[in-house]
Amino acid sequence: MSTATSTRTPLKLDGIVKRFGAVTAIQRFDLEIAPGEIVALVGDNGAGKSTLVKIISGLYQPTEGEIWINGDRAEFSDPSDARARGVEVVYQDLALADLQPVYMNLFLGRELTRGPLRILDRSRMARETQQLVDDLDIRIPSAKAQLSDLSGGQRQGIAIARATHWASGLVLMDEPTAALGVAETAKVEETILKLKERGAAVLIVSHNMEQVFRVADRVTVLRRGTQVGTRSVAETTHNELVAMITGLAS
Amino acid sequence: MTDTAVRHEAPTILDTVRRVPWRAAVVYIGFALVFAFFAITQGEYFLTATNLTNIVVQAAPITVMAMGAVLVLAIGAIDLSIGSTVALAALATAVALESTGSWWIAALVGLAVGALVGAMNGFFITALRLPSFLVTLASMGLIAGLARQLTDLQSVPVLDSTFTWLFGSGTLLGLPILIWWTAVVVLVGWHVLRQRKFGAHVLAVGNNERAARVSGIKVNRVKMAVFTVSGMTAALAGILYDGRLGGARYTLGEADLMTVLAAVIVGGTALTGGKASIAGALVGSLLMSMINNGLILAGLSVSQQMIVRGAIILLAVSLSLRGKKSQ
Ligand SMILES: Nc1ncnc2c1ncn2[C@@H]1O[C@H](COP(=O)(O)OP(=O)(O)OP(=O)(O)O)[C@@H](O)[C@H]1O
Ligand SMILES: [Mg+2]
Repeated sequence: MSTATSTRTPLKLDGIVKRFGAVTAIQRFDLEIAPGEIVALVGDNGAGKSTLVKIISGLYQPTEGEIWINGDRAEFSDPSDARARGVEVVYQDLALADLQPVYMNLFLGRELTRGPLRILDRSRMARETQQLVDDLDIRIPSAKAQLSDLSGGQRQGIAIARATHWASGLVLMDEPTAALGVAETAKVEETILKLKERGAAVLIVSHNMEQVFRVADRVTVLRRGTQVGTRSVAETTHNELVAMITGLAS
Repeated sequence: MTDTAVRHEAPTILDTVRRVPWRAAVVYIGFALVFAFFAITQGEYFLTATNLTNIVVQAAPITVMAMGAVLVLAIGAIDLSIGSTVALAALATAVALESTGSWWIAALVGLAVGALVGAMNGFFITALRLPSFLVTLASMGLIAGLARQLTDLQSVPVLDSTFTWLFGSGTLLGLPILIWWTAVVVLVGWHVLRQRKFGAHVLAVGNNERAARVSGIKVNRVKMAVFTVSGMTAALAGILYDGRLGGARYTLGEADLMTVLAAVIVGGTALTGGKASIAGALVGSLLMSMINNGLILAGLSVSQQMIVRGAIILLAVSLSLRGKKSQ
């Protein structure tokens, strides 16, 4: 049924609607993301961006519409279903255990074990973490360092590394740099671009227009639950996006 | 802050001193100091092999309970019911032994009572989302009442020789059986916390529950298991009291809650969850036992012992909790 191209579409959303009782959080949303493509999702506070991310990551179920992952229909009843299908999320507020070493965070909930007694394989986890962190050029003192000893940017780097490691092609990011300073944001953006090089599809929620222009290929705009348009970053302007977000002609 | 940027010389002694993980080291330093103090002041008798062995043997029930308490504190919770669980499980075991005459059925009954108490605590904490402090405070009273009710305040003798050998007076390869129990339980505790996924999940839940949940860890299942284990280690402690004292009474374990918590906290396990030390809890428990032993040797009266012990625990706990502000 699925053609060769649709099989390789990491994410396809078809007519997604989400209602919370009488409140319509998302009117109708369609989107396709190709491998190696970064799509930014922008909109004012309360526009429905996080709701959409939660739908794709299995936390909420859509009221209507279909989600397709790598060309297959997906129905997630909870986040572990989505995770099992290779959908990974990077949260703004760092869903990490900061008293644990970096490698434990990378494997949180999916720890590697060895032997018939299923003993934790700490050295292998540390090794694989170091490898991944090196590949993504995230500079940290050591994979065995305690997470709380890292900077905010390094930590978000680890969260992205974790998502990359487990994602089979699709990474969702909800305001990944909202808590970070300028230099740390730049570093995280580099990491996001590394994901693109590796062929991952990325959906990134951002309030930062400069960031959208720096990292995204396309941008789609939500206004009070309505998808008002999708533009190629190369063919739009800051002013046009602001007008779409606010609904006011500029 | 201001001068670190300027200075690029070799680290000073002060820097080195600062970098020592004091919180984790407190228990070992404390142990060494208290040991040295009693060795000097109580000389000959304190240092005899009999007395030193005795310190470990006396600590056995506390050490066993401490292993459960480490897990409970590691998930950022507390179990105040362990002391009364000791009494209920000890009495239930003694009654079962009297009526069945079978040492292993009796022990299983005791452990089952502990597991049931723990699972009940866990149920209220997970399903009803109540704070562990309140749930276990209530069950502490409830269980103490049940223990009094069970035998109508009467003590129950434990006479079965297999039972008293296995859980109290026996020796194996020249070592008291209670030291073997201590070793086994501590090793199992270390294995569970450091080498099993479960241990990693326990620490993750205590460190950041939401992170654990979004990482697919079954948070409620972890909490249920931890409280069940805590009930069972308290029950095992009760069984060891049965074996060592040759009988059960509702007062067993009465003062143990404070000792266990002191041992675990001094040992470097954080009250706030996410950080735990099995070795620290073991040494903490031995420290408490050694203080007890030394004060008795020094000829202090029971009330004087209580005062000195309380002061020492306060000092040790404040030392080990200091420096937590850095976060
Ligand atoms: N569980 C819920 N129940 C009811 N309404 C909800 C729920 N979750 C979200 N909403 C509503 O849906 C709308 C969209 O919220 P959402 O969090 O998706 O916005 P957002 O675009 O992420 O905003 P922000 O930029 O502030 O993060 C809001 O009006 C919000 O009140
Ligand atoms: Mg949001």
